[in-house]
Amino acid sequence: MTDTTQAYEPGTHPDLPPPMATSGPIVWMKQNLFGSPLNIVLTLVTAYLLYMIVPGVLNWAIFDAVINAGSREECKAIGDGACWALPAVRFDQFLYGFYPDHLQWRINLLAVLFLLALVPVLWDNAPYRRQWFIYSLIFPVIMYFLLVGGLGLEPVETTKIGGFTLNVVIGVTGIVASLPLGILLALGRRSHMPIVRTLCVMFIEFIRGVPLITLLFVASTMLNYFLPPGTTFDLILRVLIMVTIFSSAYIAEVVRGGLQAIPKGQVEAADAMGLSYWQSMRLVVLPQALKISIPGIVNTFVGLFKDTTLVVIIGLTDVLGVGRAALSDAKWQGLPEEVYVFTAILFFVCCFSMARYSIYLEKKLHTGHKR
Amino acid sequence: MLWSDKRYRAVVTQILVVAGVFLFLSYLALNAVQNLEALGKTFGFDFLWAPSSYDINQTLIPYNSRDTHFRAAVVGMLNTVLVAVAGCIFATLLGFVLGVLRLSSNFLVNRLVYCYVEITRNVPVLLQILLWYGIIVTSLDIPRNAYNPTEGVFLSNRGFYLPRPVFEDGFSIVVIAFLVAVVGAVVFGRWAKKNQETTGQILPVLSIKIATILGLPLIAFFLAGMPASLELPELKGFNFQGGMVLKPEFSALWFALSIYTAAFIAEIVRAGIQSVSHGQTEASFALGVKPSWTMRLIIIPQALRVIVPPLTSQYLNLTKNSSLAIAIGYMDITATLGGITLNQTGKEMESMMILLAIYLTISLLISAFMNWYNRRIALVER
Repeated sequence: MTDTTQAYEPGTHPDLPPPMATSGPIVWMKQNLFGSPLNIVLTLVTAYLLYMIVPGVLNWAIFDAVINAGSREECKAIGDGACWALPAVRFDQFLYGFYPDHLQWRINLLAVLFLLALVPVLWDNAPYRRQWFIYSLIFPVIMYFLLVGGLGLEPVETTKIGGFTLNVVIGVTGIVASLPLGILLALGRRSHMPIVRTLCVMFIEFIRGVPLITLLFVASTMLNYFLPPGTTFDLILRVLIMVTIFSSAYIAEVVRGGLQAIPKGQVEAADAMGLSYWQSMRLVVLPQALKISIPGIVNTFVGLFKDTTLVVIIGLTDVLGVGRAALSDAKWQGLPEEVYVFTAILFFVCCFSMARYSIYLEKKLHTGHKR
Repeated sequence: MLWSDKRYRAVVTQILVVAGVFLFLSYLALNAVQNLEALGKTFGFDFLWAPSSYDINQTLIPYNSRDTHFRAAVVGMLNTVLVAVAGCIFATLLGFVLGVLRLSSNFLVNRLVYCYVEITRNVPVLLQILLWYGIIVTSLDIPRNAYNPTEGVFLSNRGFYLPRPVFEDGFSIVVIAFLVAVVGAVVFGRWAKKNQETTGQILPVLSIKIATILGLPLIAFFLAGMPASLELPELKGFNFQGGMVLKPEFSALWFALSIYTAAFIAEIVRAGIQSVSHGQTEASFALGVKPSWTMRLIIIPQALRVIVPPLTSQYLNLTKNSSLAIAIGYMDITATLGGITLNQTGKEMESMMILLAIYLTISLLISAFMNWYNRRIALVER
């Protein structure tokens, strides 16, 4: 038996071997890739999958791809990868639809103004946030005049609005217009008055129970029946109304979640201070409730923005509509992957960044216990 | 003042709201009546019994163009239910596997699943449906040159051809054996539970149950002389004969919906498992419960409580998204009743009312079922 408790004079202890490495690439690989037999199998299987998929996709999308060509035949003659020439040739149409060429600056300007309007909404320490908010509130009016014309601007038919612009316009209008409606519905659903509550519940559950496409069919085929005889309505406007109604039901549920998270003591305190119902909602409850429902509202917006592609089914030329038109062009037939992948990238960039923003907000708001 | 009385105010407000809603609805109804009159249309559901005179490419029940619009609608509804059920099953399986893999400590695996989830959920589902459809129709070859991975399986641009099981006379014995096995497994489960409560003896209930349910029908199958066989598809002329076919429209819709929804389910499952506090696992280990039991008896029951409510809304979303079938020509209820029937008869109002009612009913049924299941697994508090 070796004596492990041998006494040493101070300063004479021999050097111990260095501790096992706790960092560095080899340890990292041991821990994260080859920790256990199961992990080794998983790693090998995944690596094989990646080996099967990634080179093929990269070759198709980048190395063998063709950007400059006049038709599908030319593309195929140059390389056997993706034919990005189609989205490149029709790039303007994908973004602006059939908006007149000489007026496209208006949409570019609109995009800049839109980003400026977003600043006070998304950044809560922005300087002069209050004054800036007023601009954000009147932005929809500016958007209307820039898109359709009027006030000295050359008028443009609404049927010319298309491409990705149309998706953004429908998404943004839908979410902005549905916010007040959704908040009212959420308050109504939590009201103590049974009739108001029942009506709100029925409305919300009805809208949430049917697919958006059927509501768009209602807009395109049936809405005119319910308006006074002789009124004609723009199809885009009808779609906007329906999309607003649709998303208000979803916003209502998100806001209801926020309202439920506010302790009852807040309302009781407001009551004790002698505030009326609307005062206590406006000054005490809603500011807190809306703040915690912003991530949910952003998620609803992401969902709605993706759903704006459905308008292609009722005949509007949004970005998918432009894509389908491009596919039916005899020169370019047979390239669905290129068109849809290009469109998918447009949507992915927008939706993914919004989703990340919403996660960032959630983390900022979530100050409880974490593992 | 009467107005300062809260109760009085509530009554007056509600009366005003009811009156307002009533006036608004009757205004709409009045407009509708006037508009229908001006167009010379009548309101009624007689059109459902007229011959539909259009064909449907995939039907679960016999149908031809001489049948009524009503039957066309039923065919469409069955197609909706078919793709919704198939989609929910596939999406759930895929979603649970991916959700668990997302939590794996293996770097490659969880990054790969992360990429999958983010890419699929941030791209519109309509786009994905069109993309899958485009891939199947343009990238796969005509039946003559169909891709043939194994015997009896052909992938072509007219659809996926698979072997079809053919059941012969004696097969009912196997079905009976299966039913007996299920009943037996349930009875055994009850007995084992009672046995454990009285004696403390723990039996391998799950493996015995699985062995019974799979084994008994298998034994019956061999005893009855294997009364089933596979019918393989064969190329005859320009297309395949026999076997089972998944049409490109159905396959594209099914894949796209399942893959899209699976991404959401994976996130739900991940959040559910993460929501169970780590203290639960530590407490369980401290009591000497082995890891597999900890997972099965402690973590999963608690995670399911968090998982089931959002899972319900994913099933609802999948069912509602199946209405996008119309974009690629899969004949579901929206495409038959809300599409061709509506356009042929000009009965917009009636068709849309039936269509909305059907979707509402389906949604309410799914909600009711999942709520019932949720109550069963919910935390029972004293």
